Amino acid sequence: MATAIKVENLSKIYRLGEIGTGTISRDIERFVKTKILKQEDPFLKIGESNDRATKGVSDIVYSLKDINFEIEQGEAVGIIGRNGAGKSTLLKILSRVTSPTTGKVNIKGRVASLLEVGTGFHPELTGRENIYLNGAILGMRKREIDRKLDEIIYFSGVERYIDTPVKRYSSGMYVRLAFAVAAHLESEILIVDEVLAVGDAEFQKKCLGKMGEVSKGEGRTVLFVSHNLGAVEQLCKKGILFNNGQLKSIGITRDIIDYYVKNNSMMHDSLSRVFENNDLIISPIEIFQNGNLQFYNKDKIYFSFQINSKTKLTAISGEFFFETSNGTIVFSYFTPQFSMEENTIKKIKICVPAYIFNDMLYSITLGISESYSRFIIKKESAAKFEIACVNEELGWMGDFPGVVRPKISCEIL
Amino acid sequence: MQNSKDNIIEEWDLTIEPQTSLFELNLKDVWRYRDLLWMFVKRDFVSFYKQTILGPLWFFIQPLFTTIIYTFIFGGLANLSTDGLPQPLFYMAGITAWNYFADCITKTSTVFKDNANIFGKVYFPRLIMPLSIVASNLVRFGVQMILLFMMMGYYALHNASFSITPAILLFPVLVLLMALLGLGLGLIITALTTKYRDLAFLVTFGIQLLMYTTTVIYPLSSAPEKYKTLISLNPMTGIIEAFRYAFLGQGQISVNTLGYSAVFTIVVMVLGVVIFNKTEKTFVDTV
Repeated sequence: MATAIKVENLSKIYRLGEIGTGTISRDIERFVKTKILKQEDPFLKIGESNDRATKGVSDIVYSLKDINFEIEQGEAVGIIGRNGAGKSTLLKILSRVTSPTTGKVNIKGRVASLLEVGTGFHPELTGRENIYLNGAILGMRKREIDRKLDEIIYFSGVERYIDTPVKRYSSGMYVRLAFAVAAHLESEILIVDEVLAVGDAEFQKKCLGKMGEVSKGEGRTVLFVSHNLGAVEQLCKKGILFNNGQLKSIGITRDIIDYYVKNNSMMHDSLSRVFENNDLIISPIEIFQNGNLQFYNKDKIYFSFQINSKTKLTAISGEFFFETSNGTIVFSYFTPQFSMEENTIKKIKICVPAYIFNDMLYSITLGISESYSRFIIKKESAAKFEIACVNEELGWMGDFPGVVRPKISCEIL
Repeated sequence: MQNSKDNIIEEWDLTIEPQTSLFELNLKDVWRYRDLLWMFVKRDFVSFYKQTILGPLWFFIQPLFTTIIYTFIFGGLANLSTDGLPQPLFYMAGITAWNYFADCITKTSTVFKDNANIFGKVYFPRLIMPLSIVASNLVRFGVQMILLFMMMGYYALHNASFSITPAILLFPVLVLLMALLGLGLGLIITALTTKYRDLAFLVTFGIQLLMYTTTVIYPLSSAPEKYKTLISLNPMTGIIEAFRYAFLGQGQISVNTLGYSAVFTIVVMVLGVVIFNKTEKTFVDTV
């Protein structure tokens, strides 16, 4: 079979820290050294791998380093790796949003990339107008959209609201419409990043179905990034694992996922990191239970974190999503709404009752949302923890299948 | 696959590489995305008057009130010459033309900043965005020209002294020059502001200052002799003067000044497109 995508020695560097101070002098230095003196680029030499946990020596990191692979036509390939492993950077380069620092990518066929659903949707325009606008942004010609309009509207399932401005849509309807447009792109290569994280279960199923149809039925090439390992496994035959900007492994999806899960289950790996945006800073989640380092399901377990506000925040709430390692949400909890003045600190502490978790690894996606609807910040895998169970009364010492392990009473009569 | 190497290279539809030459503008791609340009223009126009009572009438209100204020201050209080033209007509012509140029500059000068989100998520030729801004401002300019025509009609009925000259045939050229000049300068500014934010502060008041060195509120003929060369160095002066001459019959029009404006515009435009083109590839990482 012919090659659809060929990536050769691809690297991408980022400069860390404050951009803007001293850049003119650096730009001039760089220009003189590379263009006039024909020396090697001084900023490329001091690169190091993108390991965020350890502090680097220089302020230049490789987000991607010497990536080489080929993808054949009609293959569905899943890309997995931890946050910051370079997956999104790769997709951005492939979708031409940013350009690589060195290396080369050759692509055969038209590329449609979906790094986000509903890019460019304008809230004031109606659903129909937005189909045209979004379609055009994704590279469709007007004729093409005309031809597919009915199909798109039908797929989205929002016929009744199609002439209503999308600002009146529920977030679910919005996502449906946006995905419907993207799903009808005519391209040989489809690049999809994390878009399934939104929408309800039924719609997610529909999307996965559509993507499966695209790769298997129509023979198009699909590149798929997701934290939902279940979806990756279901959809893709081949997987690529990234770690710290380097390609770790490439092969059959099942093997890649196993390898990834095994290497990624080091507990507390993300517990020491603060994350922030323009509105607030979130401290690492602390998990505690009677001073234990190993958590048991027979005791209550506490989770707490601290918010430092940078701006005034009103009607916000903390949202916890407890997930299994393959991305299934076990349960979620939304705190009551509260408000914060600028530059203040609030601490949130929740208590999960005993006998919920099973004997396995869980991760928490943490979000701060406004009016329970819009995320101000959202952090996947904000913390990971492992639970141990003590089989109190029974003689059975093996596993109890399932993602929860409630205490169940039983009478044998 | 046992093809020769050259054959394999020719097979690819797209090659992504770090550095491309300065002049690889991908105009073919821009043409392919022309529908998108039209969509953006439509979006700007529709979203402008949605949920307003007066709707597109707002296009009239700004130049109308500016004209009234100018007539009052510069005409009434400062008593500046208008070359014998009715004051409102004189100011309206200047304002209409100047506004188009100024809007083109200010709106394109924030293209990268305003669209960082969409540019970070999807590829399309970035040049589409500034081009769509210039085009949707053209719609606005067209609507404001109607206002100017209405005013000319009113004054014609009242026997005011002005006359349309054959130079009106130059109108499309003048509009093109204003559009390209605004676009070119805007592109340079937006490209530089992705790295050096300082320029962004300069734009708004810089344009205001620039207006006073252009012949918007006074005719070139009444400018003091020692400043005349300085004022003529502003490429917009020649355009505004020609514009006023074409529609109202007063103003200094010459091949030299217009030629100067045209050359200046082309240089700025080429420079702008090249800088913009170079910046668009990596700006996502710096904004």
